[in-house]
Amino acid sequence: MNERIKKASRHTSQSEGLIFEKSSPGKRGFELPPLDVPAADPSKTLGANYRREGVEGFPEVSEIEAIRHFTRLSTWNYAIDLGMYPLGSCTMKYNPRVNEFVARLEGIASEHPYQPQELSQGCLKILRLLEKCLLEITGMDAITLQPAAGAQGELTGLLLIRAYLQKQGNPRKKVLIPDSAHGTNPATAVISGYEVENIKSGAEGQVDLERLRQQVTEDVAALMITNPSTLGIFEHNLPEIAQILHDKGALLYMDGANMNALTGITRPGELGVDVMHLNLHKTFSTPHGGGGPGAGPVAMKKILEPFRPVPILVEKENGRLALEPVRPDSIGRVKAFTSNFGVLVRALAYILAYGPGVRQATEDAVLNANYIRKHLEGVYELPYSLPSMHEVVFSDAIQKKNDVNTMDIAKRLIDYGFHPYTTAFPLIVHGAMMIEPTESESREECDLFIDAMKSIAEEAATQPEIVKTAPHTTRVRRLDEVAAARKPVLRWKPGAPRSQAAD
Amino acid sequence: MRYLPKSPSERQEMLAAIGVKSIDELFSSIPERYRLRTPLSIPGPFSEAEVIQYFKDRAAENASGYSSFLGAGVYNHLRSVVTDSIIQRGEFLTSYTPYQAEISQGTLQAIFEFQTLMCQLTGQDVANASMYDGSTATTEAVLMAERLTGRQRVLVARSVHPEYREVLKTYAKNSGLRIEEIPFTKSGTVDVQALQAALKDDVAAVVVQSPNFFGAIEWYAPLAEAAHAAGAMFVVAITEAVSLGLLRPPVEADIVAMEAQSFGMAPSYGGPYAGVIAAREKYIRQMPGRLAGQTTDSEGRRGFVLTLATREQHIRREKATSNICTNQALCALAATVHLTLLGKEGLREMAEQNHSKAQFALTELLKIPGVKRSFDAPFLNEFTVELPRSVKIVNSHLLREKIIGPLALGTPYPDLTKHALVCVTEMTPRTEIERFAGAVKRALEQPI
Repeated sequence: MNERIKKASRHTSQSEGLIFEKSSPGKRGFELPPLDVPAADPSKTLGANYRREGVEGFPEVSEIEAIRHFTRLSTWNYAIDLGMYPLGSCTMKYNPRVNEFVARLEGIASEHPYQPQELSQGCLKILRLLEKCLLEITGMDAITLQPAAGAQGELTGLLLIRAYLQKQGNPRKKVLIPDSAHGTNPATAVISGYEVENIKSGAEGQVDLERLRQQVTEDVAALMITNPSTLGIFEHNLPEIAQILHDKGALLYMDGANMNALTGITRPGELGVDVMHLNLHKTFSTPHGGGGPGAGPVAMKKILEPFRPVPILVEKENGRLALEPVRPDSIGRVKAFTSNFGVLVRALAYILAYGPGVRQATEDAVLNANYIRKHLEGVYELPYSLPSMHEVVFSDAIQKKNDVNTMDIAKRLIDYGFHPYTTAFPLIVHGAMMIEPTESESREECDLFIDAMKSIAEEAATQPEIVKTAPHTTRVRRLDEVAAARKPVLRWKPGAPRSQAAD
Repeated sequence: MRYLPKSPSERQEMLAAIGVKSIDELFSSIPERYRLRTPLSIPGPFSEAEVIQYFKDRAAENASGYSSFLGAGVYNHLRSVVTDSIIQRGEFLTSYTPYQAEISQGTLQAIFEFQTLMCQLTGQDVANASMYDGSTATTEAVLMAERLTGRQRVLVARSVHPEYREVLKTYAKNSGLRIEEIPFTKSGTVDVQALQAALKDDVAAVVVQSPNFFGAIEWYAPLAEAAHAAGAMFVVAITEAVSLGLLRPPVEADIVAMEAQSFGMAPSYGGPYAGVIAAREKYIRQMPGRLAGQTTDSEGRRGFVLTLATREQHIRREKATSNICTNQALCALAATVHLTLLGKEGLREMAEQNHSKAQFALTELLKIPGVKRSFDAPFLNEFTVELPRSVKIVNSHLLREKIIGPLALGTPYPDLTKHALVCVTEMTPRTEIERFAGAVKRALEQPI
């Protein structure tokens, strides 16, 4: 294997226990300036509410131990800064550093959401410009920047639909969701008070128009569609789909997770979409940070505008911006304090860096995905033959003949220096391998990925065991997820045995 | 463009390898009439320096150089520069959700440490890897109580943060939950008698906040007792997490929903922050969101994985405990680093300084004729005062002296017009507190 691995594959493996295992009474990592007012006596002022001792078990380490602890931990992670994440539908693109810099500026990071609006015009201008850019990109009429993530955006979108239909007299009962949908879609529908009705995808993995015609009744509030689909394929019938729904008074919701295939090329608003969310931590480069934060703005057609979450950003006559906290038909707030503002700042910085040239990012994303598809066709099975956009879905059907599945291949990819692709999703492809390189990958990185995948396919055919027992080069081997769930240990407790840390 | 690692010739070669002549052909699945033929009308492209200049110009239009006495759920606390230097490491900043545990042990162990810290602070058994913020954590705690009890009535103290209550209302509308409010007494704390009168065996949860929106500290025991006697769950919301450095934790609670912004996150005009949800061990399977659990690998080494995923949307779909996917991971990491640096003694000292400064501020304000303390309940770093005239007018005078005054309570609480919520933290120098009191005095002396 060694000659074939062209990238460094070994992970730094310095041993490091839990911070609580390193603590020792009396150590501190941060000091406060001295108190400049008389010290209160909490035993008198707080009475029985007083917590006499400090928090039991809390860490007690010095600054250098804190730095070493977290630095060592960080070296156990893969990250975009190290290499490609070919994760389908995650759009793991480069997180520009200037975004981090501007989000931390004094006068941006320091602002309190309740400070006077006349002293917040800078923040409000940022919000207004981002609104305008996202409306231009999506082709929609109105937008809310409040939701904290894609799932919350989905919830907001469905609540908007519900409020709109309610105002007409009947909120309806059901939401149609394709069997290829991301799990947040059905979970969100339920929380919005709707029943989920699955709609089976057609032979080409698309929404089947005939089935849709049958399933759209006046009990249906909306269809939630992802475009391109989770197979990376453009739903070219989108305008017809919208028409079928609109004819019965239902609306079309688009999950915008895959906007990286559309930005600058086409606009969902012109395709018949009534309401959609965006994932700023996908398409708009804000960092994943190990799982968040994100932001999930929701863009909509005019008919849904009156129902937007408050507060609403408005432009006054004198050009001043203001946040209006009351709108009679608003669905209310979905989150306190307006938005994940710091995430919005990063997204705007990304958009400004590109300007209209953001179209090139979309083109490069689609170029990379198709380049990889071309080179891996025949090596892995391609279940759907329609053109791929920014992501391509293979299956493990060929490798299954040797009992090697998508999970095994994904784990072996780690030994080649990559993060796995998305495994076992979408559900409509058995043994799915969903690959989305994004525009951030150079030709060299794409070639390395292709080489790795070809090598693994060969291993699956000739020495399957090495694939089935991968990864081999990480500081921990495959972890026992069954044991973790059977007897969950979700926190450290004083007196817990210092188990053998990885070496 | 500096974010795109392709040269024009590489693009050509790749197109040739695919077998197409132009990139346009790769978009042929989009009907021609829907393809944009003109560039998007958005500003840019900006070089790095121009991006920075744009935001510096916006920063100059905000509130730099003002002293602030605002709290109300978002707090100015000291943050070590060490925190940023850790969370800006590319391996933390640019890493993905740790679904592939073998190459995400850094993130997973940090989450495990976060979960532990949150349990230690709140006195609960288990905590998750974060929620969006305190307001949605509170809402999800209520939804948990609904699932666990099978009941639909929720009693929420009016002294819970108004925006938290608004968020709960938005979510509740679609799940059949009926939200009722419990008033507060002259002391500023929850009216226990009103609570007892409202409690019946159809209540899923009683929700209180402490310190509450007025800064008043609640005494949990009678509230919890009343709730439990009726078979309801006791949910405590905490907006000022630093309070747990000096106040006894809500051990009587079944679920705690907390905002962790005070631990290393900048106010940042409203977010991103980090919600915390912590509860008793027996409720673990109804908890929303991600959980990191300890396990071993095939060679017996300790490691960590995301666990109990059958609760979550990607496995359980419409039967999931929540739709949450992306959470606030990097913010939770900031809290973890921050609390590690502060440590046991540092957190206590920070809470003590907050308390001392707030007591000092109250003393100074009460010297001003006409200024009264609104509530007699103990407080940590926020308290409510009543002014002899409109808070908004007083605040407009303060602004001229570059002071952002306390929050006027009259809008969220029409019965508290002329009352103001004053917040003082360890970051407010004594000289600024004195200047603030002086400015309030001068404002009240202005002719009407």
